[in-house]
Amino acid sequence: MPTSTPERDIDLESPIGGIPLVHQTLPRWAPHATLATAVLAGLALVGAGIGIGLAAVLVVLLYGVAIYSWSRPIEGARKAKDRVVTTAVMATFLLALLPLVSVIVTVISRGAARFDIEFFTHSMQGVVGAGGGAYHAIIGTLIITGLAALISVPIGMLTAIYLVEYGRGKLARAITFFVDVMTGIPSIVAGLFAFALFALFFGPGVRLGIMGAIALSVLMIPVVVRSTEEMLKLVPNELREAAYALAVPKWRMIIKVVLPTALAGIATGVTLAIARIIGETAPLLITLGITTGTNFNPFDGRMATLPVFSYYEYVNPGIPPEPSLERAWTAALVLIIIVMVLNLAARLISRLFAPKTRS
Amino acid sequence: MAKRIEVKDLDIYYDKFLAVQGVSMTIEPRSVTALIGPSGCGKSTFLRSLNRMHELVPHARVEGTVVMDDQDLYGPNVDPVGVRRQIGMVFQRPNPFPTMSIYDNVAAGLRLNNARISKSDLDALVERSLRAANLWSEVKDRLNKPGSGLSGGQQQRLCIARAIAVQPDVLLMDEPCSALDPISTQAIEDLINELKTEYTIVIVTHNMQQAARVSDTTGFFNLQGVGQPGQLVEIDDTTKIFSTPSNQATEDYISGRFG
Repeated sequence: MPTSTPERDIDLESPIGGIPLVHQTLPRWAPHATLATAVLAGLALVGAGIGIGLAAVLVVLLYGVAIYSWSRPIEGARKAKDRVVTTAVMATFLLALLPLVSVIVTVISRGAARFDIEFFTHSMQGVVGAGGGAYHAIIGTLIITGLAALISVPIGMLTAIYLVEYGRGKLARAITFFVDVMTGIPSIVAGLFAFALFALFFGPGVRLGIMGAIALSVLMIPVVVRSTEEMLKLVPNELREAAYALAVPKWRMIIKVVLPTALAGIATGVTLAIARIIGETAPLLITLGITTGTNFNPFDGRMATLPVFSYYEYVNPGIPPEPSLERAWTAALVLIIIVMVLNLAARLISRLFAPKTRS
Repeated sequence: MAKRIEVKDLDIYYDKFLAVQGVSMTIEPRSVTALIGPSGCGKSTFLRSLNRMHELVPHARVEGTVVMDDQDLYGPNVDPVGVRRQIGMVFQRPNPFPTMSIYDNVAAGLRLNNARISKSDLDALVERSLRAANLWSEVKDRLNKPGSGLSGGQQQRLCIARAIAVQPDVLLMDEPCSALDPISTQAIEDLINELKTEYTIVIVTHNMQQAARVSDTTGFFNLQGVGQPGQLVEIDDTTKIFSTPSNQATEDYISGRFG
C-alpha cells in the first residue's frame, strides 16, 4: 500500500471482508447535550403545570428517542440500540436507588433533631412529653439480637455442615426442603409461634425477652443455613482429599480445613443475617411488647427494642405529639446506623479472614 | 520402613459399575512402580483404592485383597484413617491448604492429628521434609508466607513435603507432573529418584517417557472396549515393557499406535 500521502491513500472506510472496521461516531459530548436538552424540556413541562414524576418519565423517553434518532443514521443500528439500552439500564438503576435515597434523607432529616446524648443515655422511665431516650430500646435490641444469633448460628452452621459434608438421600433432601419453606415464613407467624410455644408453659399473655429471641431465630436459622451451605460448597474437594490423604479423620478435617477455608464467607453471611433480623418489628411486638424502663434480663418480663419503640412512639404519641414523633424517627435512624455498621463489619471480616495468596 | 504391597484379584466398583477388574500385582518396596494406560482405564481409581481413598466417593466399593505387612487393608476392623497414615498421596493438581502458611502446610499432617510434638522437633521435621522435597532453599526465608503464593511446581513439591512429613511407608502419586512445566517436572522426577531409597512409590502417569525415566516396574492398564472395565494388561520391569513387551496391546500403546 502506498504511503506517500497518508491522508487520502490509506482508505480506512473500505470494508475488509465486507465489514468496515471504522465507523463514524457521535461526538463525546453528544449524550450530555441530549440529556441537557431533555432536562430543559422537562423543566419547561413542569413550568407548564405537569407533575414532576410524569415530567421525569417524559425526560427519559425524550432522551431515548432523541439519542436513537441521532445515532441511527450516523453510527448504525447496533450502536443506536446500545445507546437506548444504556439509557434504560441507567434509568432503572436510578429508579431503584430512589426509595433508598428518599428513606435515608427523610430519616436523617427528621431523626437528627433528637440525635443527642440524652437519647443514648436515658430510658423513657417517667418521661412525659419532651426528653427521654431509647437507651432501654438499644440495650433491648442488642440483647435480643445477640441471643437470637447465639441460638441460630450454631444450629444453622451445624445444619449446613450436615447437609454439605454428611447428608445423603431422603433426610438431607427433606431438610433442604424445610429450610426453603422456613425462608418464606412471614415474620408475624414466627412471632405467633414463639407466643404460642411460651403460652403452653407459662400461660397466655406472658412476655419475655427470650421469646423474641426465639421468634427471631426462627427467621434467622434458614438464612444462616443457606449462606453457610453455599460457602461450604465453594471449598474445593481437593482440600478435603488432601486432608484425608494425611490420615485426618473426617470431623477434624471439617473443623481444621473446611471451616477455616470458608470462614470469611460464613462470617459475612452470619453478619448479614443479623442485619436482616435486627429490624424485625411484628414478632417482637407480639412477644416482647414495650416497656419504659431498662430491662437487662431477657428471662424476666417485657423488654423494649428499637423497632417496637419506634412503632409505639409513632402510633401512641403524647400531647403534644412532636417529642414522640422525633423520638420515633431518631430510633429509626439509630437502627439504620446499626445495620450499616454491621454491613461494614461484614466486609471487614471477609477481608480479614479470607485466605491470602501473597505476603 | 518401605513396605511391599500385594494386590490380589481386585475388582473396583462405582455403585454397580465395575470400573477395574481382576488386578493382581506385587508392588516392591524401595522401588518406583509406574502405571500407564489410556484415559479412563482405571489407573487413578486403582491407585486411590490402595489407600482407601476410593471409598470416599458415595457408593464406591472394592472386592479382593490388598495386603501390606501381612494385613489385608480391606479386612474387617481395618480403620481407613490408619491405612492412610501409612500410605500417603500426592494429587494431580497441587492442593496446599490456602489458610495455612508454608510451614503449617508441611506440619499439617501432624497438627491436624493433634500429635504432641515439641516446637524444636516440629521445626526439624519441617526442615527435613522440605529438604527432602528439594524446596528448603527456595522457601526457607518465607516459611510463614501462604503456601498458595508459590509457583505451581513449588506448590507440588510443597504437597510432596507435606505427604512425607507424616513419614508414610508408601507414597502414591496421581499424575503429579501433569499440571507442571518441564523444569518443575524434572525437579519432581529427581525428587522421586531420591525418595525411592526410603519409600515405596507408585506413580500414575500419562507420560510414557516419564514412566521410562523414573520407574523400575511398569504396569499397563487398558480397556477392552467402551463400557468395559479396565484391566491390568501387563506388569514387568520397565526396561522390558519398553523394549520387548509380551503383550501386543502394550506394544501398540507404547509405540504410539493408539492411545
